Amino acid sequence: MNIVTMTIKNARESLDKGEFSAQELASACLENIEKEDKNINAFLEIFDDVLEQAKKADDMISNGEQLALTGIPIALKDNILVKGKRVGAASRILEGYIASYDAHVVTKLKEQGAVLVGRTNMDEFAMGSSTENSAFGATKNPHDNARVPGGSSGGSAAAVAAGFVLGALGSDTGGSIRQPAAFCGVVGMKPTYGMVSRSGLIAMGSSLDQIGPFAKTADDAQILFDAIKGHDPKDSTSLPDDFFNIDDSKPKVIGVPRHFLREGVDERVLANFEEVLKNLEEKGYVIKNIELPNFKYALGVYYIVMPAEASTNLARFDGIRYGLSVNGADTREVNEKTRREGFGSEVRRRVLLGTFVLSSGYVDAYYRKATAVRALIREDLSRAFEDVDAIVIPTTPTPAFKIGEKSEDPLAMYAADIFTVPVNLAGVPAVSVPSGVAEYNGSVLPVGFQIITAHGEEDRLFSVAGDAESVKN
Amino acid sequence: MKEKINVKELAKLARIEITEHEVSQFEKDIPNILSFVEAIQEAGGEPGKVNDLHRNVMREDEHPHESGIHTDVLLGAAPEVEDSKVKVRRVIKK
Repeated sequence: MNIVTMTIKNARESLDKGEFSAQELASACLENIEKEDKNINAFLEIFDDVLEQAKKADDMISNGEQLALTGIPIALKDNILVKGKRVGAASRILEGYIASYDAHVVTKLKEQGAVLVGRTNMDEFAMGSSTENSAFGATKNPHDNARVPGGSSGGSAAAVAAGFVLGALGSDTGGSIRQPAAFCGVVGMKPTYGMVSRSGLIAMGSSLDQIGPFAKTADDAQILFDAIKGHDPKDSTSLPDDFFNIDDSKPKVIGVPRHFLREGVDERVLANFEEVLKNLEEKGYVIKNIELPNFKYALGVYYIVMPAEASTNLARFDGIRYGLSVNGADTREVNEKTRREGFGSEVRRRVLLGTFVLSSGYVDAYYRKATAVRALIREDLSRAFEDVDAIVIPTTPTPAFKIGEKSEDPLAMYAADIFTVPVNLAGVPAVSVPSGVAEYNGSVLPVGFQIITAHGEEDRLFSVAGDAESVKN
Repeated sequence: MKEKINVKELAKLARIEITEHEVSQFEKDIPNILSFVEAIQEAGGEPGKVNDLHRNVMREDEHPHESGIHTDVLLGAAPEVEDSKVKVRRVIKK
């Protein structure tokens, strides 16, 4: 059985017909991981009860009780809690920490009888765009081991691309699902803010974070999204079902913010983008130019709001209640020494930056101003969605870059998020689908095509995604 | 504008010990990032304007779980424990 090409949909049919069992499927995944993951480093841990979980799934199937994900092997980013298992956001500061409860999404996956294979590598506390900031070594891109898989959910993206699992969950604060999906040639989706509960997700930027799926096809991503979405009283930012007044007619008009693509985009990425647009036009979509005048401020707003929220969230890692604790003469010293040894340098940089933009005397010029401009970015999109059903832009300005290429230059790394951060600031849903490849000095690298729709319009999002990805076949 | 940043003071506020090497690194990095985000000052938008998209989420104060059922697990995560309490170093100096 070939996990690299198998979809969740195919696997469901085969499992239900008895062509193979969930245990055989899980074993095939474990074999691939055993053989290949030493080159990729997608996983931080393989759970010790994978085959037991698969056995339970087989029982569900033989009793005719199977659901969409029963027996489907899934990987989880290392910031999603599974009760009784280690979790650490790829940070030393959570050394030895065992989750005391299940994340809401994990409860949902367990109810479906999904097989949770293990936890995947990431940039520490989801801070990064390359998975180089992990305390446990970088993950490699399965298409070219000298390149990054993207980040911060790089382990999850690589695990799906390499055929280690059929789907995975990641989290997306400024592009951390869509950008690695684009770099690894898989589908990655960020839901509407509030559509998926954040309960049990280790927080980075609480007003931006969403858990979302990785899969090989838009259909598979939708199956995963449908399984994890829904209101959860444990997350007060989780939205009641049917919160939005949505338009569910078939999407017809697609907007392109061409003014935003004039600078800094690789020509091969642009050519690929135009090709997909042409194909969508042939499929009957109307393509329209749109203006999003405040999008140019998105990166600036993001690199104020996100560190501010992260520095606040990460205050809880103090060496007192859980994880790493370094001894000191008093509590302040315990806090300071623990946070020095436990946090990597990017985390410390962002905590200090966040502390600065929130500090007295600067909070108006930085944090409050950023919040105000954030509202303008959201209004840009609301205005655009009066005329168009979906907006498309490339997921990233370039394909996967080389390991080490940007790791010494934080601003160059931040700029890789330019097309993904506006989406998180506005809270709308978006998906990256593989749209073909570009050749770079002998490497054949995947390119991503990003689709954005209005709040709550995930059905339309997946509908356009299905049309955009089928173009490559 | 390039802000002059007192990195040592920030580190104290954020309760992170940093090395001299890092002080000079961050003294360079943070002003660079701040001048990069400076572009937003040209944008419109009024700071402090109330965002009407926010809504309060209330619930009744009811259905508490049985007392003590999570105590062992949560205490088990703490580095130091004494008589079902998390033990900490001195907070206030004499």
